[in-house]
Amino acid sequence: MKAIIHIGLKPGVLDPQGRTIARSLAHMGFDSVTNARQGKTIELNLDTEDAEKAQLDVEKMCKQLLANTVIEDYQIEIVEQD
Amino acid sequence: MIKIVITPELIAEHGLSEAEYEIICTRLGRTPNINELGIFSVMWSEHCSYKSSRRHLKKMLTKGDRVIQGPGENAGVIDIDDGDAIIFKMESHNHPSYIEPYQGAATGVGGIMRDVFTMGARPIANLNALRFGDPSHPKTKSLVAGVVHGIGGYGNCVGVPTVGGETNFHRGYNDNILVNAMCVGLAKADKVFYSAAEGVGNPIFYVGSKTGRDGIHGATMASAEFDDDSEQKRPTVQVGDPFTEKLLIEACMELMATDAIIAIQDMGAAGLTSSSIEMADKGGVGVKMNLDKVPQRESNMTPYEMMLSESQERMLMVIQPGKEHIAIEIFEKWDLDVAEVGITTDTGHLVLTHKGKTVCDIPIAPLGDDAPNLRRPYSKPKILETLNNDPVIDPIERGTDYKDIISILITSPDIASKRWIWEQYDRSVMGDTVQCSNSGGDAAIVRIHGTNKAVAITTDCTPRYVAADAFEGGKQAVAETYRNLCSVGAEPIAITDCLNFGNPERKDVMGQFVRSIEGIDAACRALDYPVVSGNVSLYNETNGQAIPPTPCIGGVGLIKDLDRYATLAGAKTGDHLVLLGNTDGWLGASLYAHLILGHDKSDAPIYAPPPVDLKAEKAVGTYIRRLIRDRRVNAVHDLSDGGLALAAIEMAFANRLGFELKGSADVPLYAWLFGEDQGRYLIAVEDNSLNPVISTARGLNIPAQRIGVVGGDRLIATGAFDLSLHDTHMEYENWLPNYMAD
Amino acid sequence: MQSAVIVFPASNCDRDAATALEKITGHKPLMVWHEETTLPKVDFVVIPGGFSYGDYLRSGAIAARSPIVRDIIKKAGNGLPVAGFCNGFQILTEAGLLPGALMRNKGLRFVCRPQKLQVVNKKTMFTSGYKDSEEITIPIAHFDGNYYADEDTLRKLRKSGQILFKYIDNPNGSLNDIAGICNKAGNVLGMMPHPERAVDPLHGGTDGIALFKSVLEAVR
Repeated sequence: MKAIIHIGLKPGVLDPQGRTIARSLAHMGFDSVTNARQGKTIELNLDTEDAEKAQLDVEKMCKQLLANTVIEDYQIEIVEQD
Repeated sequence: MIKIVITPELIAEHGLSEAEYEIICTRLGRTPNINELGIFSVMWSEHCSYKSSRRHLKKMLTKGDRVIQGPGENAGVIDIDDGDAIIFKMESHNHPSYIEPYQGAATGVGGIMRDVFTMGARPIANLNALRFGDPSHPKTKSLVAGVVHGIGGYGNCVGVPTVGGETNFHRGYNDNILVNAMCVGLAKADKVFYSAAEGVGNPIFYVGSKTGRDGIHGATMASAEFDDDSEQKRPTVQVGDPFTEKLLIEACMELMATDAIIAIQDMGAAGLTSSSIEMADKGGVGVKMNLDKVPQRESNMTPYEMMLSESQERMLMVIQPGKEHIAIEIFEKWDLDVAEVGITTDTGHLVLTHKGKTVCDIPIAPLGDDAPNLRRPYSKPKILETLNNDPVIDPIERGTDYKDIISILITSPDIASKRWIWEQYDRSVMGDTVQCSNSGGDAAIVRIHGTNKAVAITTDCTPRYVAADAFEGGKQAVAETYRNLCSVGAEPIAITDCLNFGNPERKDVMGQFVRSIEGIDAACRALDYPVVSGNVSLYNETNGQAIPPTPCIGGVGLIKDLDRYATLAGAKTGDHLVLLGNTDGWLGASLYAHLILGHDKSDAPIYAPPPVDLKAEKAVGTYIRRLIRDRRVNAVHDLSDGGLALAAIEMAFANRLGFELKGSADVPLYAWLFGEDQGRYLIAVEDNSLNPVISTARGLNIPAQRIGVVGGDRLIATGAFDLSLHDTHMEYENWLPNYMAD
Repeated sequence: MQSAVIVFPASNCDRDAATALEKITGHKPLMVWHEETTLPKVDFVVIPGGFSYGDYLRSGAIAARSPIVRDIIKKAGNGLPVAGFCNGFQILTEAGLLPGALMRNKGLRFVCRPQKLQVVNKKTMFTSGYKDSEEITIPIAHFDGNYYADEDTLRKLRKSGQILFKYIDNPNGSLNDIAGICNKAGNVLGMMPHPERAVDPLHGGTDGIALFKSVLEAVR
């Protein structure tokens, strides 16, 4: 089982890295870009067959370590692997 | 397992000549297998064997009263009294930094630090000498940003202050930047660790990061010119992990405090191959390693990959039998991979096993003994004519305003403030930085923890001088570091060198290389200032266009008592400015000639650089140190690029006080202001010291002249310029941040 | 006064903190490894600067979850004086002992320079040695010093005098120019500047001494 977690800054938190990315893209001619937010993706390999348990465990991991809930939000995707 | 056939193409791809391959077959009594071929190829590469340079480096002075260990080990070791030793070296990481600037620079810093702490020294200071292309070149800005980010990213995280260095820009480096990293460490003189693996039957331990597929053939890449396909070489650049390096430093320091280590070596270029072979060769033993035991990051790594991998942050050590548990405990505490991978033997062979089979069995001696030691032909560079002072180069005659000259010089990329760069480096971690980049001073000063003494450190090279005359240029690089150290009151002790040149297969490049080494050596001998470590980087060329010859020197000196040191700040209003040393007004190869007269525009240098009088350098340098010891000076600055004008201006910036200078009758004003005669210092002295300082100097045959006074908020040179200190300072500070802004 | 300095993997400034503490308090601090579960009996704990865990994941995130921090949280709750400098401040916010978070500098570059600060509230155990609104200079050296907290939190900090140091010429974008804060009870300090690097004339400044002396006074 694999968990793919996307962590990003909460809306309203200033993101200077995202802003720089958007500006650089605009400078390169991609003028349809109106905004950019930078986050991170963490992939976990989980040794379990129970998708529900995996979801609950990963939720705890996010709250306890992977995301700083003062300034970050997270989204979890559980992927069953062959 | 597929057996790989050794073909002529494969041999060539490995950078080996037919003749070299023949020797291998003779020594083995058979043809090598692919693993053995790989091992010979990296050990005989330019980077590892120094085949083009070895015979010339032998000429250099490497001994001195304070030298404990000269070239031949991971770094050089000097004595700084009280049982303390300083261990230092400079190394290049040029080619990788061009391809991937952040990681190239970062791993350069990591690599040089390992060379120092592998000998038992805790790193206490890092410096770097950087050379980039012309600012207008499309890649320059991103290279600067990447390299600086990488140096900071690695050095800051490891917790060692980056205290100094230099940064130059020139079109000659457009396609071949130079990143030379220097590290200085502190050790106890009786607890220095060497790499010779003495004794048979001793366990060999691997410690640090797991081995991956990074940088395989990095050594051969370092030895190859770039061509337009170099972008595809990106996968061979290593990625650094400064966190692991810091853990490695702490773990090694802890282990070194015990007596468990017999020998230790870091895994740098050619990783496990070079470290195991060098340790065995020096110790006169053989080595047997089981590659199954090597901690691996990737699956299914082949013996070839494991032996040639340049994964970072790894060390190899020979441990005292019975003390293995001490090593294991310490490394496990610091969460580092540790594995017993082999044993020393009496066969004199390198034997490798993998999955139950012997995959390599070669005698070690030929790797060193038969390493190519080439006699590359070289041409003697021609002697250039002297640029005479003549109305034709007088600004007044040319209709150029002195004001504009000053502006051009202080905003020239080499001179302009590098604050944008060094503010990204942690300069004060470890709490012992006394002087660093932000003072604009001549040398960094780092206190020896818990004492009142310090080391002074500097790096220098003036490539345009070397291009004009490799012998004088080599001398000058050493002499300038000598002056830098004297300027802060340090006794110059020894140097490390990082010799960056183009393709040695070209006679003119080889000639520059040989002559600059001779110049360096002449300076070392005259100044009693030996070379204790160094590095050679050749093939810095793209499509046949070589870099300017750049023999970079790193100098280290001792300040015995921090109650007696000097900087260029400390001058007070009313202080007299005194110029020590001889001024003829030499403008050949000067910044004035290059930037104002346009001499830089020509493809080849036209005029000879300022000659270096080594006897005079020693005399003035010694006198300066005496003045500092006797508290006779408030501020000291040695003269270099831009001559007296720039030295006075830099001192004014540091003191936030202006000056008023009056030229000499013997030398035309422009030559007096901008000439780059060597062996000179500008000092600020109080009223009651003025006469004694000058008369004593003259008694020692050192030319000494009162040339002006400190004070006010204007920079005045009578008959030349009268500028606002503040505005000039702003111009100096603004060039680089404006250039780097989006 | 017996103090302790916590050591995490890659806490680079632990020795610097120890040197400053020994110099000013006259006693060598205890160096406490992050894996210890209980603090020894001490009067003052310093969480030093550096790059614990390489700043991987987030600065201070992993260190904040170590066994020793759990005990620090408990003891701080009972009034134990705790100061976090730079990475230490980051660890304190990650551990929930101080509100807000430290983010990437606005300029997106590491900044190391002597920094002018204003002492905003001298009525705490960390700042009693300074004058009201005193302007001091303490070195900064960080990449993630940009202090963030939501409007509500910022208002609370301002109202209860929890802002102790403010930047003059903000180097990193911190909201309200916040350089250092304390908790409501006033026994936990977090600041991005490095006072331990301003205790020796050879450092170029000694404005950090008063901070350590203030704690010494308070603990007496």
